[in-house]
Order: sequence, then C-alpha cells, then structure tokens
Amino acid sequence: MSKVAIEGNSSGTGTFTIASPNSNTNYTLALPEEAGTITTSNSPYSTFRNRIINGDMRIDQRNAGANVTITTLNGQYTLDRWNVNTNQASKVSVQQSTTVPAGFVNSALITSLSAFSSASGDYFGFVQYVEGFNMSDFGWGTANAQTVTLSFKVRASITGTYSVAIGNSAGARSYVATFTVDSANTYETKTITIDGDTSGTWLTDSGRGLRMWFDLGSGSSFNQASPNSWTASNTLRTSGSVSLVGTNGATFYITGVQLEVGSVATPFERRPFGTELMLCERYFQRISGFVCGTGSGSTQCGASVMFKTEMRASPSVGLTAALQVTRVGNTDFTQSAASVEISASGARVNTLSVSLNFINFTGLPSDTALPVIVTGGILTLSSEL
Amino acid sequence: MYKQYKDAMTGEVADKAIIRTTDGACIPFDPMNSDYAEYLKWLAEGNEPLPPDSQE
Repeated sequence: MSKVAIEGNSSGTGTFTIASPNSNTNYTLALPEEAGTITTSNSPYSTFRNRIINGDMRIDQRNAGANVTITTLNGQYTLDRWNVNTNQASKVSVQQSTTVPAGFVNSALITSLSAFSSASGDYFGFVQYVEGFNMSDFGWGTANAQTVTLSFKVRASITGTYSVAIGNSAGARSYVATFTVDSANTYETKTITIDGDTSGTWLTDSGRGLRMWFDLGSGSSFNQASPNSWTASNTLRTSGSVSLVGTNGATFYITGVQLEVGSVATPFERRPFGTELMLCERYFQRISGFVCGTGSGSTQCGASVMFKTEMRASPSVGLTAALQVTRVGNTDFTQSAASVEISASGARVNTLSVSLNFINFTGLPSDTALPVIVTGGILTLSSEL
Repeated sequence: MYKQYKDAMTGEVADKAIIRTTDGACIPFDPMNSDYAEYLKWLAEGNEPLPPDSQE
C-alpha cells in the first residue's frame, strides 16, 4: 500500500511525496503547471528532465549580452547552444535580453533587420541541436518511441501562428507544430506534446540527435501541409505561419524552453548556473591564464591546454584577439595579429586537450615560460553540433 | 574560405587541420567536428584551400 504525504502550504504550492509500493525509496513528483497525467515510468522527475541546454538563456559566453547581426550562413552561434541557421546574411540580429516573464532573468531576443520576402528555398531558424546521448532514452525510430513535451515562453511583436519543427540529423524526418501568439508584446506560455517518431534514424551518440527549429520565416519549399504529424522530409513550418523576417523591426523573445519525456509540461527545470555552464562547455569553452613556452625562436610560442570539461568532439580553436604574454619584470609581448594553430600539423588535439602554436610575435626571449595575460586574447574552443 | 598552414615547429604543411579565414579558427580533421563537416562540404563544391602564407 502506498503512502501519500502532502507537504507545502494550503495554497497548493507544495509537493506530493509518494513512497512507491514495496520500496523504501522516496520519489518526489513536482506538480505540473496544468492538469494532466504524470507518467512516472516515462518521466522519472530526476535531474536533467530538460534536454534543452541553456533553455533559460542565462549563458552567453560568446557575446556577453551584446547584440549580434547574423552574418555567417548555415549556423552562427549566439547565446550558448543556440544558433541562427539561415542562408541569408544580415536579416536578423540576436541578443541576450532582460525582457523576461516572471521567474526568469534572461531571454533571447531575435529582431528582424529588414522586410525580407523569402524565396522558396530560403530558411531562417532559431535552432538548438540536442546531442544524441542526451535523448537516447527517447527510443525514436523504434516501436518504443516516447512521447515528449515542449514548453516555452514567447513574446512577439506580431500576433498569429508560428511554427516550431523537430527533425533528425539526416533531414529525413520532421514534425512541424504550430503555436499561436495571441497578444502582441506579451509573454505567453506555450506547450506542445509530440508523439515519438517510430520511424527514421535518430542518432543516440555524440552526433546530432535532434534539431529543434523555431522558424523565423523560411520559404515555401520547407512547408509541411499537415502540421502536428511526422513526415519523411525536411520541413520547417506551415504555409500560414508568421514570417518574422518579413517585417522590419519585428521582435521575437523566447525563454524557458524545455523538452522532456512525457505528455505533461512540468515546471521549468532550474539547474545551478555552474552546472548549466558546464553543460554548455561540452560544446564551447573560453580559456585564458595558461602558460606559453618558447623554444629557440623569437616569433612564436607554444602551449598545451587542458579543457575545463571533456568536449563533444575535437574542437575548433580560435582567439578573440591578439594574444598577450608576459615575462618576469612585466615585459609584455603581443601578437601583431591574432593567430592560433594546432601543433604537429594539426594532429595534437582530442576531446580533452590541445597543443597549440602562436605565431606573429617579435622579440620573445628563448627557452622561457610566459604566462598569458588574461586581458589579451582569449582562447575559444568549439565542438558545437 | 580556408587556408592551409605550416606547422610552426616542423615547417610542414598541416595535414590534419585547416584555418578558416573568416575568423581565423583552426579546424581539426575530426569527423565529429561540425566545422570540419562544413569544410568537407565546401571542398565537395569544387573549392580548394589557399596555400600557406609564404612567411610561415
């Protein structure tokens, strides 16, 4: 016989603690924000219910809150884990925002920079890829495919129907769902339940498990005629959905994005900032404060750098600005131009560390260890999906 | 656009990484690296990387 204990105050904001039959283990079930059935076998309410990383948009390692125009095609990363995927440059900008609903401190703001009429093959999406390892329990592509629920908070300047699409890595399976923004410039909570896909190939390794795509105005080639169903093609929207890029100055704020197993949207999972940052750092890291060593040359130095956490793949390496190193006596040396190269013809890198060469110096002392000055260029490591 | 580079220590042309000229990122030839996947797609379109800078 199960025991049911009710904790919390009389307003109903407490929790039910249920001891499962024939077990001494206690499980805590958080009440959902709406009526529904909690299926404990599918949704164990352990940590990491939410498969979206940085769903509350708190982490912005690359831009630190600065507004960024999307100029890189096919996937420019903005806030951590979120990229804009488009084939048209300079049509939108993205910025971490403090215009938020209650309970949140940040959102992502996407702003249209023109009144662009999308051609059939154009595409615009605010996208997060979920690593296959992080959705391996979904069982998608099998008869045991799990139902999932997507929830988020959205504020848009244009009312109407919008599209969000989920697809697999091959672009051969898609599910387009719609949601309606009823009031302009007002945060609204949206919940979408999706039956798991029993077909197709869904990666369960370190590759792209799924793509979540909030459509910003893609062309008609990506229309799905029948929303809320799976299709064996690469679809991103419905024909009647709002095109954000079609209106100059249109805005779209989003935060509290959560994707979880089960048919009920539970409250947004609050993870410690440090934990969320570590999750982000599997895909992107910034490192400074390491030590360079010089050999016999005066124009270059090298360093071996260990990563803060193991990365998803061997990362691409960059510098935010020219590297600055120092020596005893506070003599500083700065690269004439930022440059970083992976050592030994590019071979010395894996998911844990990298060996690097930095060129473009002048007058470096030989055989010396030179601390990197933290105000100089910062090393960036990217292994995004 | 991409550019080859010579290893600063050995002077050999890197054969396991490439420089992306738009941002200077050094991209390793790891099949799981999405930047490398983009590079392969770029090569498949008939493009070729620039040779290393002469001063390297």
